[in-house]
Amino acid sequence: MFKTFRPGGIHPSENKLTAGSTIEELPVPEQVSIPLNQHIGAAPKVLVERGDQVKVGQLIARGEGFISANIHSSVSGKVLKIAAVVDMSGYKRNAISIKVDGDEWVEEIDRSPELITEIALERQEIVQKINQSGIVGMGGATFPSHVKLSLPRGMKVKYLIVNGAECEPYLTSDHILMMEKADQILVGATIIMKALDVEKAFIGIENNKPDAIDHMSDRAQHYPGIEIQGLRVKYPQGGEKQLIKALINREVPSGGLPIDVGAVVFNVGTLFATYQAIQKNKPLFERVVTSTGKNLEKPGNFMVRIGTPISALIEACGGLPENTGKIISGGTMMGKALNSLEVPVIKGTSGLLVLPEAESRRKEMQHCIRCSKCITVCPMGLEPYLLMAFGERELFERMEEEKATDCMECGSCNYICPANRHLLDYIRLGKVEINKIRRLRKN
Amino acid sequence: MGLLTISPSPHDHSSESVPKLMYGVIIALLPAFLASVYFFGISTVIITVTAMVSCVIFEFLIQRYLMKEKPAISNGSAMVTGMLLAFCLPTNLPIWLVILGSFVAISVGKMSFGGLGNNPFNPALVGRVFLFISFPVQLTSWPEPGVNHFAYLDASTGATPLSIMKEGLKNRESISHILLDIPFYQDMFMGNMGGSAGEIAAAALLIGFAYLLIRKIITWHIPVSILLTVTIFTGIMWLIGPTSNPNPLFHLLSGGLMLGAIFMATDYVTSPMNIKGMWIYGVGIGIITVVIRIFGAYPEGVQFAILIMNAVTPIINKYVKPRRFGEEVSNG
Repeated sequence: MFKTFRPGGIHPSENKLTAGSTIEELPVPEQVSIPLNQHIGAAPKVLVERGDQVKVGQLIARGEGFISANIHSSVSGKVLKIAAVVDMSGYKRNAISIKVDGDEWVEEIDRSPELITEIALERQEIVQKINQSGIVGMGGATFPSHVKLSLPRGMKVKYLIVNGAECEPYLTSDHILMMEKADQILVGATIIMKALDVEKAFIGIENNKPDAIDHMSDRAQHYPGIEIQGLRVKYPQGGEKQLIKALINREVPSGGLPIDVGAVVFNVGTLFATYQAIQKNKPLFERVVTSTGKNLEKPGNFMVRIGTPISALIEACGGLPENTGKIISGGTMMGKALNSLEVPVIKGTSGLLVLPEAESRRKEMQHCIRCSKCITVCPMGLEPYLLMAFGERELFERMEEEKATDCMECGSCNYICPANRHLLDYIRLGKVEINKIRRLRKN
Repeated sequence: MGLLTISPSPHDHSSESVPKLMYGVIIALLPAFLASVYFFGISTVIITVTAMVSCVIFEFLIQRYLMKEKPAISNGSAMVTGMLLAFCLPTNLPIWLVILGSFVAISVGKMSFGGLGNNPFNPALVGRVFLFISFPVQLTSWPEPGVNHFAYLDASTGATPLSIMKEGLKNRESISHILLDIPFYQDMFMGNMGGSAGEIAAAALLIGFAYLLIRKIITWHIPVSILLTVTIFTGIMWLIGPTSNPNPLFHLLSGGLMLGAIFMATDYVTSPMNIKGMWIYGVGIGIITVVIRIFGAYPEGVQFAILIMNAVTPIINKYVKPRRFGEEVSNG
């Protein structure tokens, strides 16, 4: 029986062109730019200077404060500069640029392919090691993982919820990871279960990946307490709150966290990184990225060093097609349109998508016909048409009353709207303004 | 490579569009149209085409020359209005009245509020009620079904089951006696009775309803809540006084109830935006319809019931909210 969440949800074209393409090692580029702001939270403190020699896996920036994350070098070579580069946001932000020279790894990293299932570290040591290894949520939110594992006193976790849904169109990086690294993911889950002291983990996988459900179920028999659950295909099933609803039928309260219903959520990619950090002593400096697009010659799934410019990925796929109109970091539903080919891959980059000119432009907006389809598809039970109407009139307090801040920006309302209304644009605007109002209220 | 487009997510759009929805409604109305042609012949075609063409022309003229904006007649909404208006008119209505009704529907009912999406009342019903109040004689003489397929204005006329019932009850005749003058239920279901162009054939309207549901153009909540309310309310009346009240089946199959519940009340613009609101709206229409039919002066009340609940819709939208995710926390 396949489970799913309620209410809302849509079925966008899946376009999983690279499903089944094995993970290919992307050649180390000549130069990388490793942004400091790859995660939610404070920017880390830079530990290297211009001209320093660094090795693969060496700590080059240390997390500052509780919510922050360490950054490690993804290549060996010489630090060229610490300067602003254009990142995924379209703004210039500080990054450490390194000129690559060879591929020398720090000695502590275990590079053997051997699977280690025995977990030697104790609970506190695990959290500490995850913190040191710079692990953040790799599904895209990039929330530092050690923070999720450091529970407030008195809070008890009952379930580890693992996101293998990969509901975003085009992306297949989690899928291929589950096919090729199932045991590592399951050991990773066991490590997190030990750190959180929970007995039960659910891994949710959408049934458009039957091979992954079968393979993971087969391997999971060897790992006590871990259950694989097939999910009916529906976007946005990978949303934290939707996944919890689908798997354990609990609703995270408005403004709350998964822990409020006894759950902690990890992505399969993050679990793989956890395995590597704890069992192989390997910090997070590379990840699987789906590089795709209907007009690319050779789309595929690649293991990419953090800081690699996306131009190198596109090169590996046979170069940029003539009719390219849009380049997106992520998938069609929640991805960000990029303005440069030099934007570096970061810890949260799950995919790169090249769209042709014809699919790049938005359709012309018309009057709202009040068909209420936006309400039907909203997974948070909001009224997007009303939020947009308030947004247009700058009635941000009214938007707050109507729970605009519950919106996770999945884009289902925009997708379904027959009048092509830019509902999410106004909801985003409202969320920013509401936060401003809230800050003023506090002062 | 030319310039890269930068726009916020999402970067994909469904195939949904306003014209697609509107033409979907027109397709759903076709079975009822064909049934009407079968029973009333050429006159159905004359008034339907007249109403549709006039609605489109009036909307074009008003948008182009009064509102001075780009006409949006290609979205099909004016055609739907015209078709629905024609469906609730007798097929022997003079052409100039059809054109006048179309004018009122589009100008007063729709464009005076700013056009598609802004009108509080169903435009087709505004046109129909205007004609009904201004020209009661012409609006209450219906041609006999299946008599002459090539007659238009000169068709022989008869009454509708609802007006026969109303008249009979007023004269204190018993139900069983009145029913002798009314077609059998299976005839009423197929549309073999006197009535307005598109409202006679319940069977054809239900086929249209199924199509609307399959294409996900509307949800089932409004039609079902209306029909259910009418069934329960008239059922209670029938149980109380079976000799002075017709049974629920008669109410469901007569008058404009099916057309109103499936096609008029479900108009996007003038109906509530969420499921809870739709139930309140549907139950309201059902109750008002029955009250007018049983206690009111008119034999039929669907049009008035829908217009009254149209007026209540903004209040429903304001106070009835969908269930927010995480509103009731079930922690266990």
